[in-house]
Amino acid sequence: MQKAKPIELELAVVNGIELPGHWNRMFEPRVISEYDLSVLDQVTSIEGAESLGYCYQCGKCTAVCPVDTVGDYSPRKVFRRTQLGASLIDSPDLWLCTTCRNCLRVCPKEVNMIEIMPAVREQAVLEGKAPEELLTAFENTARYGNPLGEPPRKRADWVKAAEVPVPVMSQHKAPVDVLWFVECYPSYHPRGKDASVALARLFNALGIEFGILGTEEKCSGDSQRMAGEKGLFDMLAEHNIKMLSKYQFNQIVVTDPHAFNAFLHEYPKYGGEWPVQHYTQFLAPLIDQMNLTRPIPKKVTFHDPCYLGRHNGEYEAPRNLLKAIPELDLVEMGHCRETAYCCGGGGGGMWLDSFVRDYTSQRLSEKRVREAVEYGADILAVTCPYEVSRFEDAVKSTGNTGKLEVKDIAELLAYSAQLI
Amino acid sequence: MRILVLSKSVPDLVEELALDEDNGELLHDDMTYVPSEWDDHALEEALLLKEEVGAEVTVLAVDTGDVDNMLFTALAKGADHAVKLTGDFDLATSNRKRAQAIANYLRDNTFDLVLSGVQAIDDIDGQIPAIVAGLLEWPHASVVTEVSIQGEQIHFRQEYGGGLQAEFSAQAPLVLGIQAARKPPRYASIAKVRQMMKSSTVDEIDASADTVPELEIRRFFKPVAAGHAEMIEGDPEEVADRIITILKERKLVRG
Repeated sequence: MQKAKPIELELAVVNGIELPGHWNRMFEPRVISEYDLSVLDQVTSIEGAESLGYCYQCGKCTAVCPVDTVGDYSPRKVFRRTQLGASLIDSPDLWLCTTCRNCLRVCPKEVNMIEIMPAVREQAVLEGKAPEELLTAFENTARYGNPLGEPPRKRADWVKAAEVPVPVMSQHKAPVDVLWFVECYPSYHPRGKDASVALARLFNALGIEFGILGTEEKCSGDSQRMAGEKGLFDMLAEHNIKMLSKYQFNQIVVTDPHAFNAFLHEYPKYGGEWPVQHYTQFLAPLIDQMNLTRPIPKKVTFHDPCYLGRHNGEYEAPRNLLKAIPELDLVEMGHCRETAYCCGGGGGGMWLDSFVRDYTSQRLSEKRVREAVEYGADILAVTCPYEVSRFEDAVKSTGNTGKLEVKDIAELLAYSAQLI
Repeated sequence: MRILVLSKSVPDLVEELALDEDNGELLHDDMTYVPSEWDDHALEEALLLKEEVGAEVTVLAVDTGDVDNMLFTALAKGADHAVKLTGDFDLATSNRKRAQAIANYLRDNTFDLVLSGVQAIDDIDGQIPAIVAGLLEWPHASVVTEVSIQGEQIHFRQEYGGGLQAEFSAQAPLVLGIQAARKPPRYASIAKVRQMMKSSTVDEIDASADTVPELEIRRFFKPVAAGHAEMIEGDPEEVADRIITILKERKLVRG
């Protein structure tokens, strides 16, 4: 029988407040020491997954986990099952987390699924235990620089539809103010392209000096990293940093909150350090210059992207932009800001639709769309490229066609500025 | 059991084919190349055999340009050795010439079983395994599935018309053209591929090829459409009326 060892942090810092751990250290072995903890130890010995062992089963995460509301998954359950000897690497639990960060927001023990999931998933990918559809997305990203498997040479083809100049840096041969990192779905997905066209026209109308990488851009790779393909992320980060380093610009503006997260926290580790803003943050101070004259007399609700809001703390910029549109009535859903629900696309969820369907009663995107309808919204405004397609599909699959429209904030702004 | 897997890179159809329509030539340098899907299945079948009976797997490519990444990926998936046949080869090199170089290599190196993809999208002839076997006077079967090692025997299956299956047995050495592996080809994580690039090597073997009897390609071209389908537009009533009219015109309905 293995002897229990203290597993709590000596000192935890939560929201800047120091919480010494001495008062809750174990003085007597608890019931958990009667289990064979070897399976839990296997997981917590993986670099990055240590904090799973801190869980003391309070269940706060279960109350806020978006997956638990439609299925039987929460960080508390992950810990408990692992403690009882069920292998996480072989469990569907490993692929259900969308890394939305709501659990970490409330966890008193800082059990960090944002680090645990990618670490354990990486192990599973190495052992060949990842779902097939996810591997297809990895392979597409490795081969084509985008998870959709679209031709890399056509990455900038969307600009034709913009009908305004969208300079590609390799041909532009001059410094720009803003390097716009477009990302994959805004380059290839039909509805993503709509938002890119809208944003390109807004940039032109505002007289922004900007350029894109075009075919030199590859996926930022952040979601692939969260889904367990660290090596792929390394490769993509090195490539993008190399391409970006060729050009002169003052700052990066991204369409995608996942790319935002990568540029803020990960790319600097690889030597790629530039000021970066999400496009809503970039546009919010320019509201007065945007000529938002055409009213949108609709009830609009906003879905906070996990990687813009909870991960990176930006809740105001998208709302300020929406409020600047004449006659637009912004209504908040119950789950908003820090407590926003998740669209289900993060952490690899974008490429696990069939897999996740087997373990959930409805898609997270469907649950969210039902909430938007419940609050009487005519338009669900989004600002993450995963969301337009996910929520539009969910509008159809929940039978709400005609009741709720899904629009990227860029589309709403361009419409109000009479640019589309 | 020593297994040799033949691998080849083929134009990536995700990008448009680069075709010079005037001269009827494929512009190989303007296309991107990816491992042939059928060869990936041959490799998967070999790796499954390795897991089952402990075979040693070598993956081989004729050096037609950028094949290193393909070979390192095979090593990352679990192949033991990688070999590149260098010489007077390029992306347009015929299967006949490739087969000759591979057969020469097999004369100098001992293998029990050679697995190749049944064909490739840029030949659709399945000649490489057949010619290799012919040149070496080894037995050969094509469009094969479910290879297994049973003691001294190699068993495998072929499927015939009418859903009839045949199971064969053969003695090594043997060449097989694999239609599909028992499992989907495995994924090699990028970290592993990159690690292989640092820690392992591809053996380069000089394989100056002999003169071989070859065909000449006169031209490549896209088929000319002979006719077009009629798209019937309108509301459901109109579409239904039009369909009924067409069926009546062609005398496909009575009355």
